[in-house]
Amino acid sequence: MSVEAAIPEGYVKVFSKPKALSDAKYTYCPGCHHGIITRLVAEAIDELGILERTVGISPVGCAVFLDRFFNCDFVQAAHGRACAVATGIKRARPDLVVFTYQGDGDLAAIGAAETVHAANRGENITVIFVNNGVYGMTGGEMAPTTLPGQRTTTTPLGREPRLHGYPLKISEMLAQLEGPAYITRQAVFDYRHIVRAKQAILKAFRNQLEGKGFSLVEILSTCPTNWRMTPVEAGRWVAEHVVKVYPLGDLKDVG
Amino acid sequence: MEKAVIFAGFGGQGILLAGKILARAGMNRGLEVTWLPSYGPEMRGGTANCTVVVADSPIGSPVVDNPEALVAMNAPSLDRFEGRVAAGGVIVVNSSLVKRAVKRHDVRAVPVPANDIAAELGNPRVLNMVALGALVRGLDVLPLEAVEEAMEEELRGRGRDKLIELNRRALRRGFSEAEKYLA
Amino acid sequence: MSRVLMRGNEAIAEAAIRSGLKCYFCYPITPQGELVEYMARELPKRGGVFLQAESEVAAINMVYGAAAAGVRAMTSSSSPGISLKQEGISYIAMARLPCVIVNMMRGGPGLGNIAPAQGDYFQATKGGGHGDYHLIVLAPSTVPEAAELVRLAFELSDRYRVPAMILADGMIGQMMEPVELPEPVEPEDIPERPWAVTGAKGRPKNVITSFDLEPEGLKEMSLALQETYREIERNEVRWEEVETEDAELLIVAYGTMGRIAKTVVRLARQEGIKVGLLRPITLWPFPYEPVRELAERVRTVLTVELSAGQMWEDVRLAVEGRAETPFYGELGGVVPSPKRILEEVRKYVG
Repeated sequence: MSVEAAIPEGYVKVFSKPKALSDAKYTYCPGCHHGIITRLVAEAIDELGILERTVGISPVGCAVFLDRFFNCDFVQAAHGRACAVATGIKRARPDLVVFTYQGDGDLAAIGAAETVHAANRGENITVIFVNNGVYGMTGGEMAPTTLPGQRTTTTPLGREPRLHGYPLKISEMLAQLEGPAYITRQAVFDYRHIVRAKQAILKAFRNQLEGKGFSLVEILSTCPTNWRMTPVEAGRWVAEHVVKVYPLGDLKDVG
Repeated sequence: MEKAVIFAGFGGQGILLAGKILARAGMNRGLEVTWLPSYGPEMRGGTANCTVVVADSPIGSPVVDNPEALVAMNAPSLDRFEGRVAAGGVIVVNSSLVKRAVKRHDVRAVPVPANDIAAELGNPRVLNMVALGALVRGLDVLPLEAVEEAMEEELRGRGRDKLIELNRRALRRGFSEAEKYLA
Repeated sequence: MSRVLMRGNEAIAEAAIRSGLKCYFCYPITPQGELVEYMARELPKRGGVFLQAESEVAAINMVYGAAAAGVRAMTSSSSPGISLKQEGISYIAMARLPCVIVNMMRGGPGLGNIAPAQGDYFQATKGGGHGDYHLIVLAPSTVPEAAELVRLAFELSDRYRVPAMILADGMIGQMMEPVELPEPVEPEDIPERPWAVTGAKGRPKNVITSFDLEPEGLKEMSLALQETYREIERNEVRWEEVETEDAELLIVAYGTMGRIAKTVVRLARQEGIKVGLLRPITLWPFPYEPVRELAERVRTVLTVELSAGQMWEDVRLAVEGRAETPFYGELGGVVPSPKRILEEVRKYVG
C-alpha cells in the first residue's frame, strides 16, 4: 500500500494513485496503453468500493504481472484460460467480484473457446479485453486481430487475409450470443475516449454486482514497441486506422 | 463358496438387470458379489452379457474363465459361452429362441421357453425373470425369496411398482420350470 | 452401515460428494459417463456446483479457479480427455492447489477404444504435463476401495497442497459391488485454506500463481515442491501384500489387474506353486522399498499390467537385479483371465 504524504497547507490534492494499485512499477513499455487501462480498472474498483472482495485473473502476455500492480487477490491463468478460471472462482464463490484482464492473443486465439462459452453461459464476470493487434510479449507476432497488411514478425510482408485470415472481430461475434449482458469496444488514445472507457469499465463491474451477467469491455490499445512507432504515432494509428476495422461503441447492452 | 454366472443375450432382453438382481440378492444375504457388464456400443442393439460372482469371501477376479452357470438367452450366446462352463455346471437355455440342444454332457442343461412363458404371463418383457428364476434353481446358492426381494427393491419406486407381482410370477414360473430338469 | 450395490463410477461420485466436494467440472467421455451423470443429478441437490464445460481444457481450468477460491474441487475423464487436461494439471501442481482428478483409463494411444486399459501409468505417475511435478496417484482395485480412496485423495491433496489422481479403468468404473459409503465430512473437518483467493479483507492479498520470471525465485518454488514430494514419499506409500511370506514368485499388479492377480495367487497355490502378490495402492509414491525387500526373498518378480510395460520400469528400478523381472501385459483393452496369467506364472516356476 502507498503511504499518504501529508498535504501542505494551501495545497489541494487533485491527483493520486488508486487504492487498488500497489507501489509496484509497471512492466509495460513506455507509451503502451496497458498502463492507462490498468489504472482505469483500479479506479473503477476504488469507486465501487469492492477492493476487499475482488479477485483478478491475469493472463499470459504483457499483463502477466498484473497481480503485482493490484492490491486485490489474484490468480494467474494459463494462456487463454482466464474465462474458465474465472468461471471456477465465481461458481465456487458467487459473492466475490471476479474479473479477467486479457490480451487479444490470449482471449481471441488460444482462449477463443473459453471466452465464447463463458459469454454464452452468461457467466457473471467482468472481462477487460486489451486489443493491440499483436502478441506483444513474445515479440510482436501476428494476432487474430492484426490488421490486413500489417507487418508483424510472423507476417514480415504484411498480413495477407487469404493466407493468414481476416481480423477476428470477437466482440461482434460475442454480441450475437444470448448470454452476454454487455459487450462494448472502447479506446484510450485521448482524454475523451479515456473517460468513456472508464464509464464502460464501471458499467461492466456494476453489471456483475447487479447480477446481470457476462460483461466485456474491449479496449483498443497500442504496442509502440512491436509496431515500431513512437507512442504518439501509435496513438494516432489507433485513432486513424484501427478504429476503421474495429469501430468503437456498444455492441450489446441489455441495460 | 464362490460361484460365477454369465448372463448373455440380445440387448433389450433384460440381461444386465437379471444379473444385477442376482447380485443384489447375494449382497442382501451378506455375501460378496461382483457384477461386471460388457459395455460399449454393443449394448445398443447388439449382444449383451454380464458376469456375476457370488461368494462367501472377498472376490478376486470379476473376470471368470469357467463360470458355474450360464444363462443363454439366444443362440449366439450359447455358441459363444457353452464351452466355458465349468464341468458339473448348469446352462439355462432360452428354448423359445435357441433351437439346438446343449452339446456338453458334463453340464446340466435347463431348457426354458422364456419368451413363450413371458407371453403367457401377459408381458413378453419378463422373459429375463423367467430365466433368472430357472437359474436360481440351477445355481442353488440363494433362496428364491432372496431374489424376489431383490427384484422388488430394484423395481419399487421407479414407476414399475405395478410390475412387481408379474415379475414375481415370472421368477416362480422359471424356478418351477427348472425343477423339471433338476429335481 | 448398510452396503449399497453401486457401479464404480457412481461410488466415486457419491464418495466425492460425501467428502465435501463443492465444485465438479467435466466434459463427457466414455467409460466414465455414469460419474458425470450422477454428479449432474446429485451434486446440485446437495449444495454443490455441477458444470459441464465446453472442453476438457476448460473443465480443468475451472477446477483451477474453484480450488484457488478455496473449495474442494474435482474433475473426471478418461485417457484422451486426461491428455487434454495436462496443461491445467501442470499449473495446478505448481500453484499448489488441492484437487482431485479421476482417470477411468481406456484403450489407447489415440482414440483407442473404451475397454479397460492401464496405458496411462507413465502420464499419471511421471508428471504428465510440462515441468517437474508429481500427482499423488491412487489406484483402487475394487469399487469399495475406489470410494475409500476418493476420500483419501481429498485428504492427502489438502494436506500437501498437491493434486491427487484416482487412476482406475473402465472395468472398475462399470462394474458393481457392494459399497460401504464413507460418512459425510462436516464442513469444519475440511482444513482451512488461508492461502485461497477469497477477497483481501483484513489480510494482505493472496496470489495463486505458477509463475516467477526470475530463475532464483522459480528455483525456490520448485525446491519447495520437491521437498513436499520427499515428505509424501516418506509418509504416504501404500500397498497390499497377499501371501508373500513364503512366495517364490511375486506378482506385482495394480488396480483391475491387482484384483485379478489375487485369484491367480489362489489358483497357483491350489497347484502347489508358491505365488504372492504385491499390489501398489499408491502408484506415486511407488512402493519401491516393499518391492525391493520382497525381491530379496523371491526368485521371480512378475509384473502384470494392461500396458506394454509401464509400471514394469518402476518394478525393475526397485528390484535392481535382485530377482529376475519378467513382464506380462495385454494391450488394446484385452483383459486377461486368471488362467491366462497362471500360464505366465508357470513359465517361471519349477
